[in-house]
Amino acid sequence: MDSYYKPEHLHRFGDIGQGQETLAAKFFDYYRAVFAEGALSAREKALIALAVAHAVQCPYCIDAYSQECLEKGSDLEQMTEAVHVAVAIRGGASLVHGVQMLEHVQKSGM
Amino acid sequence: MRVARARLDEVLVDPSPDFDAALDRAGRGPLRAGLAEVLQVNLGRLCNMTCRHCHVDAGPDGHDQMMSAETVEACLALLDRGAFHTLDVTGGAPELHPRFTYLVEQAAARGRHVIDRCNLTVLLLPRCRDLPAWLASLGVEVVASLPHYRPRNTDAQRGEGTFKRSIEALRLLNAVGYGSGDPRRRLTLMSNPAGAFLGGAQYALEREWRASLEKEHGVRFDRLLVLNNMPIARFFDWLVASGNLEAYVRRLVTAFNPAAVQGLMCKTTLSVGWDGTLYDCDFNQMLELPLRTADGAGARVATVDPVALSGRRIVTARHCFGCTAGCGSSCGGATS
Repeated sequence: MDSYYKPEHLHRFGDIGQGQETLAAKFFDYYRAVFAEGALSAREKALIALAVAHAVQCPYCIDAYSQECLEKGSDLEQMTEAVHVAVAIRGGASLVHGVQMLEHVQKSGM
Repeated sequence: MRVARARLDEVLVDPSPDFDAALDRAGRGPLRAGLAEVLQVNLGRLCNMTCRHCHVDAGPDGHDQMMSAETVEACLALLDRGAFHTLDVTGGAPELHPRFTYLVEQAAARGRHVIDRCNLTVLLLPRCRDLPAWLASLGVEVVASLPHYRPRNTDAQRGEGTFKRSIEALRLLNAVGYGSGDPRRRLTLMSNPAGAFLGGAQYALEREWRASLEKEHGVRFDRLLVLNNMPIARFFDWLVASGNLEAYVRRLVTAFNPAAVQGLMCKTTLSVGWDGTLYDCDFNQMLELPLRTADGAGARVATVDPVALSGRRIVTARHCFGCTAGCGSSCGGATS
């Protein structure tokens, strides 16, 4: 069965410059700078990226940052904990909206 | 009887990678050796472990491929003839060879720096219990294999319970002064990735390893080296069985780093096989690709003139992409 998402698209990310080279160059320069070693280590940034990739559910990012986390020295346990951070924030984001519901019920109910 | 292994060059990978062409494109070819400064001696394939990534295919069945006493003597004579500052002893588990202590003592007496490439768990065997203190007394550097500073990846690669036993062995080494910054008690950890991915940046990993091993286990070390897994022998088999071969080779090729070429170990190392044959490196040894002198002949440890080997063209093949990927990779860790 054909798929909308194709793994080989990840390797063609750079081709996006064909439509607008200047903007692509600016984006990729910025992207490289973001992931460079800084106040956070490259390993920490890769774990954050892995968590965000799961939050936005981007299959390309999940593939790329699963590999990147391994190459930066993280193990499965650390990576799974990063994913759970994304899960907790997404779940918490839903649950905290329940306060709106709670207020509505408290205001409307007897 | 050991099964012959397929070579990477015989495996179809698309696009077909050519190491010498990559060197030429980068203006770094052809690859030639300088003066040999490190004599790396592989005492044989006997090992108390059977690690899944082992490029030597070592294990408890390695008794039939062990260096003879005569060849050990020839190694010492070559040490005398050459300009080697270091004897790098490897295996298998070199400590299990009957001439290990003799070879190390003789090299140390000659004023050479000696490296013992140790799998750590061997130090827990009853016959090896005195080794840490003995190695320390001779100022031998211990280069110890530890894939990761946490148990999961270490045990996945080297067998269940390996991490725990490795920590125990590291504590024994710490107890006799290793890992405390003393150059005569140097403890180096060697990390191989536990899978089909490259090793990370040494300097960054070392910080995390140091903090974690000290905090979690009270273990100290002097430096960390990161070595990419080579698509050879047992790791090659795993790559094929797990369906990772093509992607891993592509990863090595796309991560080719011209800056890693200058520091390649083959430029300054001579590798001696258990039977006395000379190779450009330990990996070529496992692939049975002997070094070639200027006139195209092979060389033996007993008769070679090490100075005459300077400038020889190093024998290369696809697996060499493993040493030039990312930060570069060698028995001395990153090469760039």
